[in-house]
Amino acid sequence: MSILQIILIFIWSSIVGCGSVLDEFQTHRPLIACSVMGIILGDPAKGLVLGGMLELIALGWMNIGAAQSPDSALASTIATILVIVGGQSNAKGIAIALPVAAAGQVLTVFARTITVAFQHAAVRAADNANFKMIEVLHFSALFVQALRVSIPTTLVAVFVNPDMVKAMLNALPTVVTGGLTVAGGFIVVVGYAMILNMMSVKYLMPFFYLGFVLGGYLKLSLLAFGIVGLIFAILYVQLNPKFTNNKTKVVAESSNSGSFNALADDELED
Amino acid sequence: MENKKDTKLTKKDIFQTFIFENFQQASFNYETIHGLAFCVDMIPTIKRVYKTKEERVAALKRHLAFFNVTPALCGPVVGITMAMEKGRADGEEINEGTIQSLKVGLMGPLAGVGDPLMWGTLRPILAALGASLALQGSWFGPLIFFFAFNGVRLGLKWYGLKIGLDRGLALVKDISGNLLPKLTEGATVLGLFIMGVLVTKWTTINIPLVVSKTTTGGKTTITTFQQILDQLCPGLPALGLTVLMMYLLKKKVNPIILIFGLFGVGILGYGLGILK
Repeated sequence: MSILQIILIFIWSSIVGCGSVLDEFQTHRPLIACSVMGIILGDPAKGLVLGGMLELIALGWMNIGAAQSPDSALASTIATILVIVGGQSNAKGIAIALPVAAAGQVLTVFARTITVAFQHAAVRAADNANFKMIEVLHFSALFVQALRVSIPTTLVAVFVNPDMVKAMLNALPTVVTGGLTVAGGFIVVVGYAMILNMMSVKYLMPFFYLGFVLGGYLKLSLLAFGIVGLIFAILYVQLNPKFTNNKTKVVAESSNSGSFNALADDELED
Repeated sequence: MENKKDTKLTKKDIFQTFIFENFQQASFNYETIHGLAFCVDMIPTIKRVYKTKEERVAALKRHLAFFNVTPALCGPVVGITMAMEKGRADGEEINEGTIQSLKVGLMGPLAGVGDPLMWGTLRPILAALGASLALQGSWFGPLIFFFAFNGVRLGLKWYGLKIGLDRGLALVKDISGNLLPKLTEGATVLGLFIMGVLVTKWTTINIPLVVSKTTTGGKTTITTFQQILDQLCPGLPALGLTVLMMYLLKKKVNPIILIFGLFGVGILGYGLGILK
């Protein structure tokens, strides 16, 4: 690996680390993180496909409030290095990525605890109305998150050696590697379940089962299914008496503050 | 500085706030979550409308308090708070308590809409679409995901901020109206439907367990457990596993533990020849 590549890996994994806490531009999602890593490592096609596979597994990994999900940032960067530089199959790369995601989760919790100190420093800066200092503290907290991804990633990039990785994985019994590959086929359900728990409103669940049955029998592309789903959604909203007949009633109710709150709570509940 | 006031927030102030909003979680910390970020969002406004040090210190401290909302939907809250701080500086009767309780009051409902909308619906759908293209080797996968998600996100941030600022308090009434519940329910229908499709399409469970072996006229017909399940309805094991995971997650089991548990099941099943 050239020096330039190592520098680029450090820069990109720093951006991925920032993305993982900001959750704005989505650079920490495997689809983006692995694809760019692939370009840097000289095998864009492999990075792209690995990103697609890992993205499916990570579909439901999301941070809600203060709760932390497994970390897609570190998992993506390290898995790409192992697959492209370490010469591993995608399935094995993903099998390794998952423990890395757990380690990344611990690291990000640690980083988010360190930043409490930045908050306290900002309170002191506010005493002097020191605007510049507050801004500097806010943005420098981002470096903690950048480094928590870029340091481990760069270390792996520098020290990984294809023969070593191969030897290590070959030492594993086939029951383990075969089992990991099998599990890779259905590990996605955890992510699905996370999304479903967040969205599921009991009276809307029939739409989930409808999707399940149609998906099993129809050979349509995902885009086509998206359009079908959109049509169901529009029809549902148009035909729902809650939104048409009782319009005035709903508005009246809502003006007593808190009823919208109750609705939102309801939907998040189960 | 006791002249009659109608301080104007400049275009530059608003744009700078918008840029800051894109770093809403830069200093994410477990004590105040977006507390420091919200204060930074307010800096251009505080600088513009307050001139004495005492006022500035008070305003900065006010906005260092706990704050948390789906990052894409911080715009309306920041906008309304800007409008209120401007009003307060201009001498209108808006006290600290009103500003604080408005922030807290908006935070809950907005996160209630924003989390399922952004993380539960928009991102998984775009990511699933992007991933399906990436698996076929198409660069449109990551590109569509990146530009579509960020387009929506930036739109929500910019217009949320503008509308919050322009309409001030009127927006609160808007939110409790009909549009957002409609949008949320519609998005939930779409999201649930797509999740149903994904559960059956993108989960691979193969149970080649031989249930019966019949030999008729020299021909051996092997019926596996998988074939029986597929005849009932394709994807049943995936559905069962998903429902089980939903139940365990509700029981507060850590997702990482579930992932490792499933690896265990995979290894065990493969070893015993039940899974392939």
